Amino acid sequence: MSAYLSVCKLRFINGLQYRTAAFAGLTTQLFFGLIFIMVYVAFYNGSTKALPMELNEVVTYVWLQQIFLGLIMLWLRDNEIFGLITNGNIAYELCRPVEMYGFWYSKLLAQRVANTVLRCLPIAFIVLLLPQPYRLSLPHSWSSFTLFLIALLLGLLVTVSISMLIYISVFWTMSPVGSIMMIAVASELLAGMILPIPLMPIWMQNITYFLPFRWTVDFPFRVYSGHIPYMEAIWGIAIQLIWLILLIAVGTWCLRKALRRVVLQGG
Amino acid sequence: MTLYFKYLLILFKSQMQYRTSFWLLSFGQFFIPFSVFAGLYFMFERFGDLQGWTFYEVALCYGIVHMAFAISECFIRGFDAFSSLVVNGEFDRLLVRPRSTIVQVLGSKFEFTRVGRMLQGAVVLGWALIYLPVDWNIAKAVTLMLMIAGGVIVFSGIYMLGATLCFWTVQGLEVINVFTDGGREMAQYPLNIYAKWVTRFFTFIIPFGFVSYLPLMFILDRTDGPAWLYMLMPLSSFLFLLLCMGVWSIGVRHYRSTGS
Repeated sequence: MSAYLSVCKLRFINGLQYRTAAFAGLTTQLFFGLIFIMVYVAFYNGSTKALPMELNEVVTYVWLQQIFLGLIMLWLRDNEIFGLITNGNIAYELCRPVEMYGFWYSKLLAQRVANTVLRCLPIAFIVLLLPQPYRLSLPHSWSSFTLFLIALLLGLLVTVSISMLIYISVFWTMSPVGSIMMIAVASELLAGMILPIPLMPIWMQNITYFLPFRWTVDFPFRVYSGHIPYMEAIWGIAIQLIWLILLIAVGTWCLRKALRRVVLQGG
Repeated sequence: MTLYFKYLLILFKSQMQYRTSFWLLSFGQFFIPFSVFAGLYFMFERFGDLQGWTFYEVALCYGIVHMAFAISECFIRGFDAFSSLVVNGEFDRLLVRPRSTIVQVLGSKFEFTRVGRMLQGAVVLGWALIYLPVDWNIAKAVTLMLMIAGGVIVFSGIYMLGATLCFWTVQGLEVINVFTDGGREMAQYPLNIYAKWVTRFFTFIIPFGFVSYLPLMFILDRTDGPAWLYMLMPLSSFLFLLLCMGVWSIGVRHYRSTGS
C-alpha cells in the first residue's frame, strides 16, 4: 500500500509545479462558465414551460463542473502511459515489484487531484462572490454537502477506473486515437458535461441510466444543490459503489490478460 | 503567395504518407463537436426556442462559426502552434530568409485532418439551410460566404495575437483559448442573448458580432437598415486582421532568440 501512496505523492508534487498553467486554466474556466451560464439564463428567461431544474440549480451545476473539471473530465490523457505501451518501455514497468493496475491507478488519481487542488479553491472563492444570477449557491444543507463529498469522491474513482479501461485498450489497438476519441465524445454527453441530464429528452435520459458515466458528473452535482433528495442520493452512492467494483474488476482482469500476451514494442 | 501554396502542397503530401491515421483523425474530428451540437439540439427540444430564435436559425449560426473555426484551424495552424518554433529556436531560421515571416509561419504547419470538422459544420449548415424559411437571393448568398470568410479571418487574427504573445512569454499561453475556443462556443449562439458587456466586447474589440450576428439578422430579414451595410460588415474583420498584423510586426522586432 505504501508504494501506491508514494507514487501518489510524487505525482502530486509533480503536478503542483505548473502554477502558471493553473492560473491560465483558471481564467479560461471562469470565462467558459460565464458563457455557459449566460446561454442558460437566456433559455430560461424566454421559457414559459415547466422545467425539471431551477435556474439556480443549473448555475450551481455549471460552476461545480468548472471547479472540479480536472477530477471528473474523462478526457484527460496521460501520454506517459500511452508512450509506455507503444514504445516498449512497459518492460520497465513489468519489472517493478508492484501490481500494475494499482500502480497506474494511483498515478492517474494523484494527477487529477493535483490538477484540481490548485484551481478549485480560487475559482470557488470567486464564483461564490459573483452577482446574481451568476453566483454559485451554497449547498442545500449540511447533509447534502456531506453526501456530495462522498458522491464526488466515488465519482472521481469511477472516472479513473473508466480511464484505466481506455489505457488498457491501447494494448490491443496500439493507437490511442480512433476508438478512444469516440468514447471520449460519447461519454462527455452521457455524463452530463454538455448539459445536465434532467434537461435531456426522456429517451436520452434512459440511455444514460444504463451507463456508468452519469454517476461521475451529473449525480454528485445534483446532490449538492439538493435536486436529488437524500434517500435517492444514498441509493445513488450504493450504485456508484457497484459500478466502481465492477469497473475495477473488469480492468484488473483485462490488464492481466493483456500482460500475459504483451508484445514489447522495441525501439 | 505561390510560396504559400508550395508549402501547402508539400505538407499535404507529407501528411498523406500516413493515410490510415489521416482518415481516422479526420473521422474523429467529424465527431468531436458532435456532442456540442447534440447538446444544442436537446436544449431546443427542452425549451422550444431561445428568446425568439428558432433551432434552425441558431443551427445556421452554429454551422457558419464552426466551419470558419475548422478552416482557420486547418490553414492557420502555423500560428496556433507557433510557440514550438520559438521554444526550439527555429524562428531564427525563418528570420534570415528573404520572405515575409507571416507566410513562412503560415506555411510551417497545416492540420488537414480538420476537414472532418469542416464537414460537420457544413452538414449542420446545410440542414439549417434546407429547413429555414428564407427566400434566398444573390445578396444573401454572398453575405453567407462573406460571413464564413470573415469568421476565418477573425480566428486567424486571434491566433496571430496568441503567437505574438510568445515573443515575450516563450511558452504558449492557454489564455488565448478564451478567444479561440471560447469565441467559437460563444459565437455559435446569436450574440444578443449574452450580457451587454460580452456582446460589446465581442463586437467592437474582437469583431465576432460583425461577422456572425449582424449579417445573420440580415439573412433572416430582421433588419431595417440598408442591406449593403450588413453585407459589408464581415469585411470589418480585415481591419481586425490588419491590427493583429501590426502587433505581430512589433512582436517580431522584440524577438530575442532562445538559442537552441
